[in-house]
Amino acid sequence: MDELIQITLLSLGVSGIATAISLLIGLPLGTVLALSVFRSRGLVLSVVNTGMALPPVVAGLAIALLLWRSGPLGDLNMIYTPSAIILAEVVIATPVILGLSAAGIGQLDPRLQVQLQGLGASRMQTVFWLWREARLSLLAALMAGFGSVISEVGAAMMVGGNISGQTRVLTTAMVLDVGRGNFGSAIQLAGILLALAFLVNGILTWAQQSGKRH
Amino acid sequence: MAFDPDASKEAGRRPVLEVRDLVVRRGGREVLSIPSFGVGAQETVAVVGPNGAGKSTLLLALALLVGPQEGSVLLKGQKVTPRLALHLRRRIGLVLAAPMLLDTTVRRNVASGLRFRGIRGRQADVRVDEWLDRLGVLALRNRSARELSSGEAQRVSLARAFVLEPEVLLLDEPFASVDAAARSQLIDDTGRLLRESPRATVLVTHDLDEAGRLGTRMAVIIDGKLRQDDVPEMVFSEPCDEDVAAFVGVQTRIPGRITSIDDGLAVVEVGEGRIEAISTFGIGQQVMCCLRPEDVTLRLSGQVSQPTPTTSARNRLSGVITRIVGKGPFVRVSVDCGAKVVADVTKASASEMGLREGDLVEATFKATAVHLIGLKP
Repeated sequence: MDELIQITLLSLGVSGIATAISLLIGLPLGTVLALSVFRSRGLVLSVVNTGMALPPVVAGLAIALLLWRSGPLGDLNMIYTPSAIILAEVVIATPVILGLSAAGIGQLDPRLQVQLQGLGASRMQTVFWLWREARLSLLAALMAGFGSVISEVGAAMMVGGNISGQTRVLTTAMVLDVGRGNFGSAIQLAGILLALAFLVNGILTWAQQSGKRH
Repeated sequence: MAFDPDASKEAGRRPVLEVRDLVVRRGGREVLSIPSFGVGAQETVAVVGPNGAGKSTLLLALALLVGPQEGSVLLKGQKVTPRLALHLRRRIGLVLAAPMLLDTTVRRNVASGLRFRGIRGRQADVRVDEWLDRLGVLALRNRSARELSSGEAQRVSLARAFVLEPEVLLLDEPFASVDAAARSQLIDDTGRLLRESPRATVLVTHDLDEAGRLGTRMAVIIDGKLRQDDVPEMVFSEPCDEDVAAFVGVQTRIPGRITSIDDGLAVVEVGEGRIEAISTFGIGQQVMCCLRPEDVTLRLSGQVSQPTPTTSARNRLSGVITRIVGKGPFVRVSVDCGAKVVADVTKASASEMGLREGDLVEATFKATAVHLIGLKP
């Protein structure tokens, strides 16, 4: 039972931190991408969109190669640690949050930016109000980002190693259980995973819907 | 270039906001080129012109939101630089054609510009409520901006700019999004506010009625150039060139040549006929005779028995009605007198006279109603 709680908390923590880091990277970049006009914008957008569809195992492989003992960042001794999973999940979630927030902000009427600046908004004030106007899409981006990492298994396995008590998360534990024929335990883990996803998305959806009423 | 320095001197002393040698290009194409334009402290300049003429671009340049490729924008003589832009922009209030309200309450919308300037709390509330009241939307203050009608929304948008009590107010087609029923009242209310607390105001509009009602000056922009800048009466009665004449509703434009002048009264030969007009041009000058449709009177010339009535109208042209179009309370009648003459006739007169396409009529108008535009030979 204790192990179950530990696995659940680790899953939640790793995915939560990865989503938060992805938001910190993805939202500003998505904003810049949505609001600026530059020549290679189309190219950047298609790279981001490809990133959104990046197979998690490919991200896992890339991070594994990077962190492998003999790899470029091998000296950090990060492979098979929760940090390694976070890193892989950031690679997975950032393009999702970046792409969806760019799309959400891009959908706003461009005249809104003109109007805000015409009322004397500084650049930061303009961005703040644009985020506020796009808050429903931004929350959806956040949900999609979290959803992509909480359910992820391939990369977590590759760079985390599914070490009991250290890097075993809900999804990797389930894979192990099913492999061993422990279906009862696997179903229990599945229930927790579903409940977790439901809880987090429920909170975000509630925030989204109450934001709508303003 | 008919920039009349007297007009701006009269109305505004030194301009509060002005552009000099402004050139704006888009995709390599010059969309706006204005050597000089400004708005004085207490005047409302109506910038008019056809769609795509560059009016809104000029407004965005004045709002310091479009960096001109050439030339400069000056606020109270201070040249706008990128470093100063935000600081100077905070002395300006902008209203766009669409209300562009934020997704929050009416009150917070109107407070937004004040918040950008760090004004919050009671001081802001008092000002917000005052301007909501002056625009007649105080009762809506706690409503969501999403629940307003087009007219209410634009009133909130205007309050949001007025509450800043800016040195310059920039209005880009502010009544275009408002439905017809509410528009006239809103124009009147805006006019009243501009008279009660006069400030340098630039109103961009394609609607000449709005321009005439609110503008103390009128600037006509066509194809990115400032063609005429004068008091509205002068622009309407004495357009400086043919494009301006066509834009301000001078329907009749007949080219001709001055053949004689007697005591300021010129005779212009137009095709087979002749038109008398007040003129400052000399004999031999090629001119365009401009005539507003409301200045033309029509008389059926079918009844030969009727003697020609004696009137003070000097000009009489006969022709055949080619087209009759209903225009609200009156009908617009086109008459082919060799050249096209257009007259506005009330519906009542048109039906009493039984005007029909194909009828032979006589168009009469006074020499003083004719405005001559000099043409290059």
